[in-house]
Amino acid sequence: MSTQSVVKASWMDKFGGRGKLIQILIIAILILGVLPMVADIFRLNLYGKYLTYAFVAAGLVLCWGYGGILSLGQGIFFGLGGYGMAMFLKLEASSPENTAIQSTPGIPDFMDWNQITELPWFWEPFHSFPLTILLILTVPAFFAFVIGYAMFKRRVGGVYFAIITQAIASIMTILIIGQQGYTGGINGITDLRTLMGWSIQTDFAQYVLYFACGIALILCLLVGQYILNSRYGQLLIAMRDQEDRVRFSGYDVANIKIFVFVAASVFSAIGGAFFTLQVGFMSPSFVGTVASIEMVIFCAVGGRLSLIGAAYGAFLVNLAKSSLSESFPQLWVVAMGALFIAVVMLFPRGLAGLVSDYATPVRDRLLGLFNRKPPAPKADAPKPESARLQKRDGVSIGSAQETH
Amino acid sequence: MGGYTGEELTAIFLMQGFSGLSLFCVFLLMALGLAIIFGQMGVINMAHGEFLTLGAYITYLTSYLASDVWPFLFDYYFPVAIILAFLGTFILGYLVERFLIRFLYNRPLDTLLATWGLGLILQQIFRSLFGPREKSVVMPDWLMGSYQATDMVDIPLNGLMVVAITILLTIGVFILLYKSRWGIKVRATTQNRTMANAAGINTDRVDRLTFALGCGIAGVAGAAFTTIASTGPTTGSLYIVDTFLVVVFGGAASLLGTVASAFGIAQAQSILSFFLSGSMAKVITLMTVVIILMFRPQGLFASKVRR
Repeated sequence: MSTQSVVKASWMDKFGGRGKLIQILIIAILILGVLPMVADIFRLNLYGKYLTYAFVAAGLVLCWGYGGILSLGQGIFFGLGGYGMAMFLKLEASSPENTAIQSTPGIPDFMDWNQITELPWFWEPFHSFPLTILLILTVPAFFAFVIGYAMFKRRVGGVYFAIITQAIASIMTILIIGQQGYTGGINGITDLRTLMGWSIQTDFAQYVLYFACGIALILCLLVGQYILNSRYGQLLIAMRDQEDRVRFSGYDVANIKIFVFVAASVFSAIGGAFFTLQVGFMSPSFVGTVASIEMVIFCAVGGRLSLIGAAYGAFLVNLAKSSLSESFPQLWVVAMGALFIAVVMLFPRGLAGLVSDYATPVRDRLLGLFNRKPPAPKADAPKPESARLQKRDGVSIGSAQETH
Repeated sequence: MGGYTGEELTAIFLMQGFSGLSLFCVFLLMALGLAIIFGQMGVINMAHGEFLTLGAYITYLTSYLASDVWPFLFDYYFPVAIILAFLGTFILGYLVERFLIRFLYNRPLDTLLATWGLGLILQQIFRSLFGPREKSVVMPDWLMGSYQATDMVDIPLNGLMVVAITILLTIGVFILLYKSRWGIKVRATTQNRTMANAAGINTDRVDRLTFALGCGIAGVAGAAFTTIASTGPTTGSLYIVDTFLVVVFGGAASLLGTVASAFGIAQAQSILSFFLSGSMAKVITLMTVVIILMFRPQGLFASKVRR
């Protein structure tokens, strides 16, 4: 790696420099190499489920960590993606042959139970797989755009934005549960078996889906890294730290916020779609306020300023959640609560902050032993603007060192 | 709405109006505390619902003690319970401000997360102490029964009691904020912390008491809540999202706005729920509020505080 030319290095800078790419390579090796080797397929499927939350957490790093916009409604987009995929799979599972015993064959079973005799119009596009993929990506983006446009153009931000997105998440849950005949109600959309005639329940299929999810996550991390290191990413940070100054420089701050919110929503929707594929169902409990705020904590634990950290955070918190809640369900709730408080009070930059404070100096010292020359890690991240992370309404993390 | 005569519609509006009134009281009781904490201090207290629950459990314990240990006191336990609920939540609120909120004043989004965590912990404590099932208080005789207004209209006494507490509390908060010396200090701190400090106001102390008072009001709300519904560990958190919407819709720093928006949301929801399913009524009401807020983010009654 050390013999790479200057031209190559500038290519790497678009993703935050060599150090960042190495970190992404490490996480890729962990996800695609180490985990499949050490875990059986049951565990691996669970891990795949945790990784779907990493998409959401990475999206939150963009819009909360860098944009300063805390969305408590990421579950909405996770749900839109997940439900989109679930609707496609459900229609496939409800072919007229499979549902011959129903009074109306060819529609999902829960519709039949609710005396609905015709497929609702908004289900129709989900007969086609390409259209489903398109909708999974565009519907959440459209929703995010509408919400973002309405709020940011009127300079609503900070806590108001958080409260309103939370209310929207709550409304969406009530709507899904209330409209049982169209959405499957509180049970969600269940009994999903095949994807275009290919069973998603076999061990082999679960391996394939796990790897697809892992690769998509790595791609998302690269895209996020690319956004952050583009000129646009610099604007984002500038806006978070000194919004007025960016506005006075002639930029439309609202557009920057809308873009980052839309990007985060698309990340979440991709995660939701993979969630449905790997878990085999989708229900309103992954959409509501509680789910949405838990997604924020995944991001906060990993480090709200580190895309890669957020991926680790989502994975580790979920791992802890399932292992603790299996054996001590009561303890888990308290631990979760304590985690919320601790991450705010004690380590606001999350795991990524801890790593860059404690592990990186050690690594540099070790590398220094081999190289016998001063290590040059400072070149891999543009840091000047992050020296002061004070923001009017919130994200004050106040330390010079941080990870991009 | 075909099929209803004008007379019937009036009757429906009246009946649903009464049921909306109790929802209004719950919203307003919770929103009062929030309006102080959020409106005056800008702190998002996601654990506010748990303070209400704590007040309700304190009332439950008092009623339990009164009926089992000192039966002769039973008739009078309710006022005592209100005072105890206030004190209990006031003290907890004071401690929470002292050890948690104080460090997060310039980071409202982080306060939101921390208080959500606090709420989770409190919920689990309630669940461990009182069990997951809902508890109801034993009401004294004078709160049972109803007041027969006309042949058609029948108002339950406990409902009246809640309305009375709500009105008294609202007036009390209004006087405290706008007519007392303490209220002047609170508002001065809100408007300009540095100047308030310079004028000799101990703003740290004002913050602590404001927060504790907001929590204490939630406790009284909890006590009132027990007379119309039973209490479970998650009772308070059921209302937290709606209540925040009530406060924001009303205009954060405006007490009058909070009252108006609590009334509007509760009445709309309860009247709509007669014509639609309960969930659709809630969806439509909240959706309308959210859409109005998108066009008018400052809420119904805009505050004149510069932010």
